[in-house]
Order: sequence, then structure tokens, then C-alpha cells
Amino acid sequence: MTPRAVPDTPDIDFAGLSPLLALLAGAVIVLMVGLLRSRAAREHGVPFLAFSALATSLGLTIWQLDTTKPLIAGALQIDGLGTVLNLLFVGAGMATVLLSWRALAPRESAHGEFYALLLTSIAGMLVLAWSTNLVTVFLGLELLSIPLYVLCATEMRRASSLESGLKYLIVGSLGSAVFLYGLALIYGATGSTDFSGIAAANSSGDLSSDVLMLTGIGLCVVGLCFKASVAPFHQWTPDVYQGAPTPVTAFMAVATKAAAFGVFLRLFDVALIDSSLTWAPMLAALAAITIIVGNVGALGQSSLKRMLAYSSVAQAGYMLAGVVVTSELGVRATVFYLAVYLVMNLAAFAVIIARERETIHGDDIAAVEGLGVSRPVLATVMTISMLALAGIPATGGFIGKFFLISATVDGNYAWLGVVIVIGSMISLGYYLKVIAAMWMRGAPDRTTSTAVSAGPRPALAGGSDEAAALEDAELPKAHWEVVAVGVVCAVLIVAAGVVPQPLFDLVQRCGDAFTNLV
Amino acid sequence: MNVPLSILLWLPASAAVLGLLIPGRATARMLALLGSAGALGLAVSYVLDFDRGADGLQFVTDETWIRTLGISYKLGIDGINLFLILLTTILFTASVLWAAGQSWEREKLFYFHMGIAQTAVLGALLAQDLALFVVFFDLMLIPFFFLTGMYGPAATRIAAVTKLVIYTLVGSLLMLAAAIATAVLAASQNGTELSFAFSDLQLARLASGSQDWIFLCFAAAFLVKMPMFPLHGWMPDGYRNMPLPVLAVFSGVLSKVAAYGFLRVCLPIFPDASAHFQTLMLIIALVSILYGSVMAFTTTQTRLILGYSSVAQLGFITLGIFALNEQGAQGAVLQAFNHGLVVAPAFFLVGLLAARAGGSEDIREMGGIARKAPVIAVLFLIVAFANLAMPGSANFVGEFYILLGVFDAKLAIAVIAFTGVAMAAVYTLRLFIRTMHNRVGPHVQSTELTLADALVLVPLVLAIVALALYPQLVLSKGEKSITAAIAPARDIADPPPPAAALPVQIDPATGQPVDPNLPPNPSGGAVPIDPNTGLPADSTGGQIPIDPNTGQPIEPATGGTVTDDPSSAAPVDPQTGLPIDPQTGLPIDPATGQPTDPSAAQEVPTP
Repeated sequence: MTPRAVPDTPDIDFAGLSPLLALLAGAVIVLMVGLLRSRAAREHGVPFLAFSALATSLGLTIWQLDTTKPLIAGALQIDGLGTVLNLLFVGAGMATVLLSWRALAPRESAHGEFYALLLTSIAGMLVLAWSTNLVTVFLGLELLSIPLYVLCATEMRRASSLESGLKYLIVGSLGSAVFLYGLALIYGATGSTDFSGIAAANSSGDLSSDVLMLTGIGLCVVGLCFKASVAPFHQWTPDVYQGAPTPVTAFMAVATKAAAFGVFLRLFDVALIDSSLTWAPMLAALAAITIIVGNVGALGQSSLKRMLAYSSVAQAGYMLAGVVVTSELGVRATVFYLAVYLVMNLAAFAVIIARERETIHGDDIAAVEGLGVSRPVLATVMTISMLALAGIPATGGFIGKFFLISATVDGNYAWLGVVIVIGSMISLGYYLKVIAAMWMRGAPDRTTSTAVSAGPRPALAGGSDEAAALEDAELPKAHWEVVAVGVVCAVLIVAAGVVPQPLFDLVQRCGDAFTNLV
Repeated sequence: MNVPLSILLWLPASAAVLGLLIPGRATARMLALLGSAGALGLAVSYVLDFDRGADGLQFVTDETWIRTLGISYKLGIDGINLFLILLTTILFTASVLWAAGQSWEREKLFYFHMGIAQTAVLGALLAQDLALFVVFFDLMLIPFFFLTGMYGPAATRIAAVTKLVIYTLVGSLLMLAAAIATAVLAASQNGTELSFAFSDLQLARLASGSQDWIFLCFAAAFLVKMPMFPLHGWMPDGYRNMPLPVLAVFSGVLSKVAAYGFLRVCLPIFPDASAHFQTLMLIIALVSILYGSVMAFTTTQTRLILGYSSVAQLGFITLGIFALNEQGAQGAVLQAFNHGLVVAPAFFLVGLLAARAGGSEDIREMGGIARKAPVIAVLFLIVAFANLAMPGSANFVGEFYILLGVFDAKLAIAVIAFTGVAMAAVYTLRLFIRTMHNRVGPHVQSTELTLADALVLVPLVLAIVALALYPQLVLSKGEKSITAAIAPARDIADPPPPAAALPVQIDPATGQPVDPNLPPNPSGGAVPIDPNTGLPADSTGGQIPIDPNTGQPIEPATGGTVTDDPSSAAPVDPQTGLPIDPQTGLPIDPATGQPTDPSAAQEVPTP
């Protein structure tokens, strides 16, 4: 027997890979610099380098904006969807670096490790968004998840942070295992790991009643629902979000969600599109359950991070509706909503982080009471974010929901559009609570105390006097970069609500990843 | 040439933003006054320039806003919104003037929200695109959320305002879903580009099954905002907690936007559903009149008396709209304008009375205020007479038209509605007598109107008097647009009888004469007959079964939902006018049903 020929080395497109390479190189450099003795280099040099790596990646992504080509012999593919999602990941990463620059978490763990893990996680998301093969999907998913398990536990002296990391590890691993099983079964049913191969096998043979295929799809849905915190697989979300260091929570809330929906779109709208009759009704039901469960769960929360966790569950439900309709309109609506969702949540988390550093209330809703008087800029940012999350006009959140609902109606899922609307109604109950706390509570005492600077504080009804006194006892004002992230995001939210056309043009590019959609 | 409508629309908001940014409390107040007065000046100029004889919209601005979603920034004025715009600018100017005389905590924010509120209300009235209308309609609520929540009584305001916002946004969000569905279904049904412009949506008549649920969503939004009887739960709390200048515009204008929504959106775009639900809407309106009136003469809070009286008055307006004929709709538009003009000075008077009754707004604590304040008494009497629709007032004309319209449409409902007119006299006179005359209240200090108060109140009362003298102004300028707006629904509810005038029509398909007494259309009323063909004009009306899951009509042949399939309409050969066979690309001979070859036909030798 002739020895088998050494296979050709795969054709690697380094230009296309460059955004990913920038991130990985950045992770290595950051890890090294983190070992330096100089305190300034560790505390300020490392975040700066991490930020630069992300900025480089952003630049390279924009350079590749209109490229559509396979990378590494078809295992990855750079296309509109991957590029737009990459912009989101890198944007979220840059905001996270700014938010954690002078935060507690990197100081308690180690600066180098913290930022290197962050960069690796973003690299994993990028792989995920580009992948057109079951193997690379799983690779990306693990590359994204494992650093996050560690990041959740970086505030090492706080038990709840460690608990959060452990919980996330256990639940995340379960999700990954289920997902992997599903991928294996799909491979077994179709004989291909490549998305186009799966799609071809799916459209030629009749796999709609194939037990292997159906089980595979079901397990994939369950695994991805764990990652995207879709009900009923969402129970870990509030605990993990609340326990993790807030900058990490912000990152998880926005970037992980975007990555998970990237896979949802690719796997279901490309590879499994021809069996959509089997999975679309299932996903539609999950979306409806998620919207209701998330919004109802958020109602009773007094911790802002828990509230945003449930709100992110609900938002996952809205976005799932865009996957269900299996149309290009649905894809674009989902990606549009992801973009808006990112800035809405970052704005809210920036304010929470600012108030965590300024008050003793942590992330409790008491931390923002009377904010309209004491810190009008922060209060405005939070107000815009809450109104946008609730879907009030003149914000990006409204346009995003508008787009999603029109996609559902267009895809003959009008009832799902109505569920989205009902979810928004419920959500008003908790978003308005935050706005009311900022503008309508606790205000009178502060005004008098600033207007009458000398003299005793007037007695109050309600008894938040002592807390307010403690609060005023000069904790330092939040750092400028945190406020800046909030303000930039708030401006973007309003911009997306008033002149949304540029964002529409951007998400238009996602369409080229989907060849057999309407 | 006229100033673009965008300036009218954005003037109050830009004044508000400037006032917030430029330091100094007085600047915010002055800018707010300038902004609202400037808008009033512009609105007056539009009223003067409005051409009553022209069809359709005037002073139109039409730009693309969001291309991808087919949303345009289209503004325009016609006879329906002309006077509501004037009303909005009058009331906001009066209200800002009134507020300027008081001191407010966080004053800059107060005027900021007032300015935004005015722009949002004007936007909802001016918008000629359904999505733009929804945007402004929802946005309208947010400044009032802040105005109530920040300036109301501290103990109850947050609960009250949360209730108010959730109630109204529940309706508004349903409307959002319905609006999107309207445009998407219209585009897919007719194979046109997605467009939300009212003019396009009116042409695309939806299948009546879709119309029904969409109409109900819109109606929910409007009925909550008005508010109408079963959906008025937020009203007492909301009214109790709003500062009076805010309440004057809220009650005077926002409820009218809802009534306007029926005339602008529901009747023209969903005529079949409007006719179908006519009786339901009339009954809701009727119950609101009776309930509002009874509550108004049993409660003792002056604010709530006016609040419940508004419920009753808006009942009349709704009654007029759903009479689905010209008189009713004209009366409704006139009455909307009247009620706004009456209710704003009434709330102002409540403020004056409360100041003279030791701060209490309860009529049991008032009484005898007229003793040393004859001018207030006279002004109040004029407002009261207008509110109870005294003959000679414009309200009388409005209610007369409305009842005339309902009389034509549904006699029984008109008869019961007449009692509402009598009850209006009871509760209005009770309010007047218990506050102005009667036994002097325990803490009442009767003092005359001050000059600053007169500056706000007298022009409003003069406006009422002027309108009483010349109501024709509103009626004549509105006539044409109102007739056009209600025509589609009127023709369904009360079809013109062309069949009797024409000779018996032969159905070309069956060769049988067409029975003029067609069975009534399940969507309400008989199917109108097309005078050319003698066939029912709306052959799809109410006949297509509706898929309960999607709300889409089901095509009987396929069992699937009706989708727009451009290939299903056979293309027509431009030369012969014959349909083209899709397989061969040749025209089909109607006689043989076979594709014909035109070249072969020409080669037939002539003998």
C-alpha cells in the first residue's frame, strides 16, 4: 500500500484572520506586561494595551468590512454577519476595558490575567461568529466560555463572586456538553460537519422525521438556550449576573448574548434551514415563554443587576423571535436589536458601576434614588437606557422592537409580535420603577441640604435620612471613563432612535451570510 | 409662502432644550413662553391661510425617515387636525403662562418637559404617516410621566403615575403592534413597497378579518387615552396627582388626540371594522356619558367633577365619530375643540377657587366665593354655560350635530344620549352653585381676580365667547376633510342605494339577474353594489375565513394564508390584451383556452 500523501497545509487567509490575530496577540502581550513589577505598568499600562489590541482589531474589522470569503479551508468564513457581530464584540470589549480600568476585580485577581482572559473570550466570540463548521462552533463556544467562568470569580474576596463563577462553570459546562452531544448527532444524521454540507443533506434527503436529526436539533437548542439564557434554561442568569464583578456582568450580558445569537442565526438559518418546520414552532414557544418569564421575574427585584439579568432574559426572547421567522428580515432585525441591546445595557451598567463606587448601596435600587438632583448626567443616562429598554419612541429600543415586530408579522408569526408587545407592557413596571427612584424620590431632602448648606438637615418622612447622610459622606465621584461610557452609549441610543438609517445599512450586510433565506 | 410645518412642530421642543442648557431660571421660563407663543402664532397663520375648498392635505412636508422600514416624515394639515393644532397651541401657551406665575422646584426641568410634551402632541396631530403617529402618540406620555411624578403630591404621585403610564402604554403598545401589522399586511396583500403613509394605507384595503383585530388594538389605545368607561381606571388617580397647569393641557389636549386618532386612522383605514364595531363603540360611548355624568354629580372633588365631566363629553365626541355620518363627525370635531377650550379655563378656575378656599379642592369646603369676586363669578358662569351646552354656545352646536348624526344612525342610542345633555346641566350647575354661592365655606376668603390671573383666564373665556358667536369657522373649514375621512365607513354602514335606481343587472357569469336584496354582509351592513358590474364591490368582504393562529385570511383554494404572489396574476399581452400562458409565453385564446401564436394568426391568408 502506498503511504497516504501528506495532506496539503490548509489555505490560511491571514488578512481575513487579522482581527482575530490582533486579539490573540494582544492577550499574550497583556499577560506578559502584567508580570512587570511597576505598579503603573500593571494598573494603567495593561488596560491601555488591552484597549489598543481591541482598537487594532476594530480597525482591521472595518478594513475587512465588505469581504466575504472562506478562511482556513472553509472552517471559518468572514462575511457580513461575522463582521457586524465582530464590531459589536469589540465595541463591548472596549467599553468593558474602560469600565474595569480602575475597578476592584483586576486589582484583586491580577491585571494581566484579567485582561488577557477578556481578550481571549472576545477572540472566542469572533471564532464563533465566523464559524461555518460544527467543530469550529464548539471551539469558539468553549474559547468564549472558559475565560468567562474565571472572570466571574475575579473578585476573590467576595463569596458571591466565587459562587457566581462556580455556578456559571457548572451550568455552562452542562450547556456545552448538551450542545456538543447535539452537534455530534447532527453530524451522525447528515454525515457532514460543514454547514453547507448539512444544509445540502438536509434539503436532499428527508430528514424531517429522522430521529437522530431531531434529537440533535433538540439538544442544540437546549445547549444554546443555556448560553443565551432563554427560559426555562435561564435560572443561572440572575445569580451569576448579580455575583460577578459588574464590568464582567456588563460584558457577559451584551457580548455573550450577541455571540449566542450569532450561532443561533448561523446554525438554524443556514445549516438547518430546511428543517425549519420542526424547530421554528419550538423556538417560537420558547421565545414566548422567555419573554413572559423574564419580564415577570424582573418585576420583584430590588437589585439592579438582578433586574437587568431578568430583563436580559426577556430581551433574549425578543431576539429569538427574529430567529424563528427564518427570513432575511428576521436576521437583520435580530442583529439590529443586538446592536441596540448592547448600547442600552452598557449605558445602564455604566451608571450602576458609577453608583457602586460612589455609594454604599452597591447595586441596590437605593443607590440611584434622588440621582436626578445629585448627578443629573448619570440620571439622564440611566433614564434614556431604561426608556430604551422599555421600547419608548425616540430611542433605539423602539426602532429595534419595531423592526422585530415587523419581521414577525411578515413571517406569519403575528402572535409572537403581540407577545413581544405584552412583554414590553410588563417590563414598564420595573423600568419605570428605576426612573421614578431617580427623579421622584429622595429629591426634596437633597435640594434643601444643598440650598441651605449650613444648618441641620430637616427631618424627613420615609427615614432614608441616615442612608442619605452616609451616602453624602464623600465617597469619591466615579471616574470619568465610567461616566464617558454611559454618556456615549446614551448618545448612541438616541441616535439609533432618531436617525437609524446608518445602523440599518450596517445590518443590511448580514444578509450575504444567508443564501437560502427569503 | 408658509413656514414649513417642521418649524411649528419643533419650536417648543427646541425652546425647551435651550432653556435646559442655558443657565438661569428665568431663561427657561422666558424661552418656554416664547416657544409656545411662537407656536400659537404659527398655528393662527395656518388657520388663516387654510384653503377650505381644497382637497386633501395642505402645507405638506414629506421626507423619507427610515427607508428600510418605509417610514416617512410626512406632516400635513387638513380640516380634521387644523383646529386641534390651534387648540393645542392655545392651551399650552395659557398653561405655560399660568405656570410662569407660580414657583416650581427644579423649574428648568418643568419647562423642559412642557416643551417636549407640546412637540409630541403637535407631532401626533400633524403626522401623516402611521408609524410617525405612533411614535409621537407614545412619546406624548413620557413628559407627562415626569411632570406628574416630579410635581404631584409626594405621598401618592409615584403610584398614580405608574398606573397612568402602564394603563396608557398598554393601549399604545397594542397600537404599535397593530400599526406594524397594518403596513406589513397591506404591503404583502397588494404587493407594494412597505409604506406607513396614511395615503397609501387608505388605498390598500385590508381583508376584513385583519381589520377587525387591528381596529380593536387601535381602539384600545384611543379609549384608554380618552378615557372611556371601562378603561378609565387611571383617571381619578392621575387627575388627583397632576399639577393643575399640567392637568389643563392633559385633559384639554391629550384626550382629543385620541378622538382624532379614530377619525384619522380607524375610520379611513379600517372602514369595514369601523362599521362592524359601530354599535359596540356607540354603546361604550353611551355608557361613558351616563357613567361620567353620574360620577360627576356625586363626587365632591372639583378636579374629579371636571374629570368625570370630560369622560362624559368625550363620550359625546365618540358618539359623534361612530355615528359614521357627516353631521356626527363634524359635531365631534367641533366638540373636541370646544371641550378643550372649556376644560382648560375650568381647571384654572379650580386653582383660583382652591386658593380662595384655604387650599382645599373639595366643594364642601367652598361656597360663597362669588361674594366679593363678581368678575370670577361671571367668567366661571360663562365657562359653566359652555360646559353644559347652553343654546347659544358652540358646545350646543356641537352636541346638536352629534345627536343629529346619531339620530340618523341609531335612534335608540340617541334618545338615551339626550339624558346626558340634561345631566351635564345638573353637574355643571351643581359645581357652580356649590362653589360660588351657597353657604360661605369655613376657610373661604373671597378675593377678586388678580391681573396676572386675568391675563391667563380672560383670553380663554373670550375664545369661548368668540367661538359661540361664530362656530361656522370650525365647521366650514373642516367639512371637506371630515366627509372624506368618514366616507368609506359610512358607505359600508349605510350604503347609498344605487341598485334601486339602476335597471336590473345581469350577472355575466350566471346569466341570472342579480338579486338587489343581497344577504347582509357579516361585517355589518349590506355589501355595496358596484354600479358598473352589478356585482358586490367588495367581493372579499367578510367572506374569507380567518386563520385563528395568525389572524391572516385563508385562501379557500389553497388552505394557506393569502400571500402576495406576483406570478399568480397572469401577465397580459400588451398587443392583444389576452392573458399570457406562463409556460409558452404566448397569449391564450379565450375561445379555445389554448395558446395562440400571433404570427400564425397573421399568416392566415385572406380569401
